[in-house]
Amino acid sequence: MRALVAMALFGAVALAACGDDDDSGGSGGRPQLVVSAASSLTEALEACSPRFEAADVKLSFAGSDELAAQIRQGVRPDVFAAASTTLPEELNAEGLLGKPREFVSNTLVVAVSKGAPIDSIEELADEGMKLAVGSEGTPIGDYTREVVGRLPADVARGLEANVRSEEPDVKGIVAKVAQGAADAGFVYASDVQAAAEELRAIPLPGELQPSVAYGAGVVDGASQPDLAARYVDGLVEGDCYEELQRAGFGPLK
Amino acid sequence: MLFRVGLAVALAVALTFLTLPVVAIFVDTAPGELLDSLGEQAAREALLLSLETSTVAIALILGVGTPAAYLLATRRFRGRALVVTLLELPLVLPPAVAGIALLAAVGPAGILGGTIEAFGIELALETAGVVVALTFVASPFYLRQAQAAFAAVDRTLLDASRTLGASEARSFVAVMIPAALPGLAAGAALALGRALGEFGATLMFAGSFEGITQTAPLAIYDRFATDFDSALALSAVLVAVSAAILLSVKLVGGGEALGRAAR
Repeated sequence: MRALVAMALFGAVALAACGDDDDSGGSGGRPQLVVSAASSLTEALEACSPRFEAADVKLSFAGSDELAAQIRQGVRPDVFAAASTTLPEELNAEGLLGKPREFVSNTLVVAVSKGAPIDSIEELADEGMKLAVGSEGTPIGDYTREVVGRLPADVARGLEANVRSEEPDVKGIVAKVAQGAADAGFVYASDVQAAAEELRAIPLPGELQPSVAYGAGVVDGASQPDLAARYVDGLVEGDCYEELQRAGFGPLK
Repeated sequence: MLFRVGLAVALAVALTFLTLPVVAIFVDTAPGELLDSLGEQAAREALLLSLETSTVAIALILGVGTPAAYLLATRRFRGRALVVTLLELPLVLPPAVAGIALLAAVGPAGILGGTIEAFGIELALETAGVVVALTFVASPFYLRQAQAAFAAVDRTLLDASRTLGASEARSFVAVMIPAALPGLAAGAALALGRALGEFGATLMFAGSFEGITQTAPLAIYDRFATDFDSALALSAVLVAVSAAILLSVKLVGGGEALGRAAR
């Protein structure tokens, strides 16, 4: 009997401890705002979100398509910010997300390690080159396939044959190139800026450049819909917008 | 009385918590979908790759791990406890740490990366890298179990064999291994189960590419966002394979083997 009481007490203490943990980020009982964002937004949103005064912002980063899948499976963050406009529009059409707003643009580049002797996208089709790309269905993967589709057929074939890893999100691609596992990878310009110590960007010729726009919206059933809308406002024209511009994102075209 | 009720409740909670998610996979998967997903080339390839790489990893683990575990179980030497602890360390490493650690050690920019490259061996983004990741995370399961199995063999068996004039090598092969077999099999099964389920270290170290490095768990993750049903179906197959491994050990090796190993 005593053992049971001890167990129960232990359980209660453990639960209480967990509860404390959850609140530890909260200062003075401010409401919590959960933001699910594309992993390419990591550095910028981590910098600007602590300055969001109305709430404690909890950021959750992953591939946009994974976050969308979570929302479809019933996960309810307050804000969804994706590296595309199609995913938010799809969720909007399914009644899971309020009307999405575009907030920044980005540029696709080829990331190579700093000292690598690679200067053009054509060289990525050379034999022995190892490439990391985003997997199909992820925004970065789909943009990359758009670019490859615009290349001359022989270059595209050679390039596709050199793909050695299809990563679930853009940070995985960055890591593979930074670690030297892959020679090059297609990522966003802002990712190379964030890893400027290890990586160098090879710009894509203008005619290959896809239009990369980021869309965000308030998740239907969000626990803090008003604050969520304010956070999205900040992405479109406020503090986070400024931070994103500093991080290498571009204005909407 | 109250205590016994408490025990029963605890078991019921544990059982529900552990089985409900697994049951949900099968409830959510239509049988037709399961077959469809198996008919899909990419899914079959992922399962096959998982089985291949896991088998190679287990072969390596058995080949090196069996004599190593025998030594640890039968000799007392200074620093033995430290050696055992170091060998078991990967057991408690988070997969992400295992992936980073492998990159830092044998990745292209790792401390041994240049040496390995000089031998013409490539690990990162290659099938061999998957085998390395699986071996790293799975071998402690076998080492631990095999050690316990050898230690539990009645010493008089070994002594008798030696008295009858058999060398230690011969006694190891002819007496110790057969006597420890149920425990060794249980260890191998646990390691195989762990290898089949490996995800994080593989993705970080070996990458993800169909037919080369995309094992079944990676294929499940890849499909999770784009095709949830197919991810569920592939998960169901993996659960079935893992359950079959567990069950076969319980039946062939005797339920006692797994039980003893846990002790």
